[in-house]
Amino acid sequence: MNLTSYIARRLALMVLVVFGVLVITFVISHVIPADPVLAILGGNAPAERVDALRRQLGLDRPLPQQFVAYLWGAVRGDLGRSLRTGRPVWQDIQQYFPATVELTLSAILVAIVLGIPLGVISATRRNQVQDHTTRVFSIVGVSMPVFWTGLVLLLLLYYRLGWLPGPGRLDLAILPPPTRTRLLILDSLLAGNWAALGNAVAHLIMPAFVLGYVATATIARVTRSSMLDVLFQDYIRTARSKGLVERVVILRHALRNALIPTVTVIGLVFGGLLEGSVLTETIFAWPGLGRYITTGYISLDYPAVMGGTLYIAVVFSIVNLLVDLTYAFLDPRIRL
Amino acid sequence: MPSSTPASASETARPGGRRIAGPPRYEELRRAYRLWRRSPLSIVGTALVGLILAVAILAPWIAPYDPLAHDFSVRLQPPGRAHWFGTDQFGRDIFSRVVFGSRIALEIILIVSVISGGVGALVGWVAGYFGGRVEEVLMRLTDMFLAFPSLVLAMAFAAALGPSLPNMILAISLVTWTPYARLARGETLRIKAHDFVEAARAMGASDLRIIFRHVLPMTLSVLIVQLTLRMGTIVLTAAGLGFLGLGAQPPTPEWGAMVSDGRNYLVDQWWMSTLPGSAIAAGVLGFNLLGDGIRDILDPRLRR
Repeated sequence: MNLTSYIARRLALMVLVVFGVLVITFVISHVIPADPVLAILGGNAPAERVDALRRQLGLDRPLPQQFVAYLWGAVRGDLGRSLRTGRPVWQDIQQYFPATVELTLSAILVAIVLGIPLGVISATRRNQVQDHTTRVFSIVGVSMPVFWTGLVLLLLLYYRLGWLPGPGRLDLAILPPPTRTRLLILDSLLAGNWAALGNAVAHLIMPAFVLGYVATATIARVTRSSMLDVLFQDYIRTARSKGLVERVVILRHALRNALIPTVTVIGLVFGGLLEGSVLTETIFAWPGLGRYITTGYISLDYPAVMGGTLYIAVVFSIVNLLVDLTYAFLDPRIRL
Repeated sequence: MPSSTPASASETARPGGRRIAGPPRYEELRRAYRLWRRSPLSIVGTALVGLILAVAILAPWIAPYDPLAHDFSVRLQPPGRAHWFGTDQFGRDIFSRVVFGSRIALEIILIVSVISGGVGALVGWVAGYFGGRVEEVLMRLTDMFLAFPSLVLAMAFAAALGPSLPNMILAISLVTWTPYARLARGETLRIKAHDFVEAARAMGASDLRIIFRHVLPMTLSVLIVQLTLRMGTIVLTAAGLGFLGLGAQPPTPEWGAMVSDGRNYLVDQWWMSTLPGSAIAAGVLGFNLLGDGIRDILDPRLRR
């Protein structure tokens, strides 16, 4: 099978998956709740108001019709109106999502910068102290609840020691740069606002580390095991026997080939980070999509919750698609 | 595939292939024990899980106080001799609450494992056994659920169902059955290729009988291993949902909810959040270490 038909097949699968995601969010938002109208109006609302709102929201129509309306709305980017902010959910998502992107990308960066070297060290010093330390570090990483590590770090580094700024994206005293990309770091750079840049980066360190720790562990583990696979192969022995320096053997010959599984796992981990961002953002009062969704739970804001969930699921499947395509590109054997 | 001999023969002859059936022999248990004893991390994991089990069973004897009893004369006490983990804003003993919380954590693990393992296995058996269109539909359904970030989906389910412990358990089960479905399908496909299935059918056994009497027992061990591997994740997900207020409601001493309760007191009463949180961390770590150990013992390729 050539690359084009592989891409076509993957795209078809993704359309199917997104459709399934829409079915699931529809079921969750339209079928399961006892009564969204009562959730909005409260239990004591007069019957005629309940009926009016039900008609207005289209909840009096048969479910298949409601589903078609929901589908058509979602395709056009109409995810309903948030009950809490009163604005279209789509508009809210556009406002909040960039903060989540900034957080998850920084977390990925932390994870790559820490995880790959840890994996390499672990593999080259197999069964030595460095390896065991990395293994413990990794398994602790996937076991810690992010909301707990977040709270502990906040307590220590912000409240007790004051080394890092606390919750939020920027100190109140700092004038934010004009909004262009909604990515605060990029905006500050574009505006040449160095005070805002420094402050934004400082605010990002703790949440990015807390979120990235889990991913660091995963990346280190995968890098270790794929490095071990590669290190036992003949061409590595050849490279060594022709007298190459160990560093060159490891970095040029082994790591390059060992990175293919790591690339895949980085993509997969990104999905996990989107999820983890929900809890991390709640802890660090980070104004991202995750916090938008969790605030939605508390205020029974179904359109916001479902819109946000749908958006995350779609981004998640797009990322998965990109990962698969990169993988197919890097390793032609996959396309079979 | 018509079950001519080469298919099944290659299955059994495949190096590293799993043993076909029968109870684990004494030799294997001893080998497993030797491997387990050589791995300090597995021992730590076993100890942590054992500790949680013991605490959960002996909770009423270990906990010095009633986990729900208010005592305003000792509210917000720091950890000390009378209250090892301190007290909360109602004067409840946090240590006792953490101790009783272990029962809730185990309850969640147990029920979620049974529901998601059962549903997933059933989907996998049916898909693998019948094949064709049934398999296509069921596996695409599995793909859809896999494509969804599971924590976010569980949150959405829990929020829609209404926050409570049973609903949270249901929500987690709804998003965690997929790996078992894939596994059970793969195993069923493998088993179906064997001649004895053909023989059973030739003797007039119904599909249901073949699934439950032949396929089920042979996939069970693999499924159980997979279930133990994922117990840590279940605790973590449950604690996350509890933390967001989508799980057990007050005054239930659920660990995640306790961390959330203490958030407003973080600066001055650090123990309220951090100590229940360390119970979660210890629990998840224990299950993950134990799961890793079990996998290392069962999968020779990872043993290096």
